[in-house]
Amino acid sequence: MSAHADSAEHFAGSTKLFASIWMWLLLLTGFEVFLGYIHLPVVYMLVILMGASIVKAALIVAYFMHLRFERLNLVLTIVPALVICICLLLVFFPDSLRSRELRYSGPPAPAAEK
Amino acid sequence: MATEAQALAGDWGGGVHPYRVGHRKLGMWLFIMSDSLTFSALLIGYAYVRASNVWPTPFKFYPSIVFSSVMTLVLLSSSLTMVMAVSASAHGKKSSAQKWIIATALLGATFIILHSIEWNHLIKEGLRPFQLPEEWVGRWPGSTPLFGATFFGITGMHMFHVFTGCIYLFVVAARAKKLKHEDIEISGLYWHFVDLVWMFVFPMIYLLSIDPKK
Repeated sequence: MSAHADSAEHFAGSTKLFASIWMWLLLLTGFEVFLGYIHLPVVYMLVILMGASIVKAALIVAYFMHLRFERLNLVLTIVPALVICICLLLVFFPDSLRSRELRYSGPPAPAAEK
Repeated sequence: MATEAQALAGDWGGGVHPYRVGHRKLGMWLFIMSDSLTFSALLIGYAYVRASNVWPTPFKFYPSIVFSSVMTLVLLSSSLTMVMAVSASAHGKKSSAQKWIIATALLGATFIILHSIEWNHLIKEGLRPFQLPEEWVGRWPGSTPLFGATFFGITGMHMFHVFTGCIYLFVVAARAKKLKHEDIEISGLYWHFVDLVWMFVFPMIYLLSIDPKK
């Protein structure tokens, strides 16, 4: 079986590293929940939460999924795909705001008629 | 620099797996990429509908947000136990890896139970896929009934992934002694992906719909 022949797999990553990544994930999550607790306006929440989520995703992919220690070409294959997912979201957001303005918001107020 | 060049030369010399990972692991990575596009499609659809409509924001801090934060903690802890399992397996300690994998699967099952309680609570309030509870219609007039569809659709899809992940992990734990280290790594990849999706679902669905009424 050649499966193990080319995997000079030194398992890079100690318990301490993983526990510290876990702590960072908890801290980021706690920070997000705290922002919700203080009722930050939705627009700020959206930007900060998306940013924090991307950071958390990057930490999980890099350390827990071990991608940081893999060959560069695998990293370059996977990361752009994930980046494109985020960009897709950003592409559609302006259109949703446009769509909101098009929405029928009910009959006009009868105040004009006297 | 020299070793990188040597490694590259070695790669092109033939007899090496692409990306230097086994085909099973590469297959799992490709599956993860395709599944993240699936979840992206769901989340982007949700974001679009959300931004272009009057949207209820019904999640009170106590109990909804606290509850879902506990769920997030459970899932993050399960990711940690999974990493410990892969680490134990890398050092050849198969029975230790087995125990860590079972711990991961049990935490996943806890997540599902907690999430089902949350669903039950919302369904009792009157939330359906295409129907809002009376109280919400009163509080947010003109709001779209799609809240239920997006909530149940996205969290249901995620819960399905957690559920199949738990089954996958129980099978891997049962066969841990016979499996190679790579297979345990691969199950770890799937589980971390499930956690990753929750990192996006939790803020976008729960934290952006917190009830402003204190």
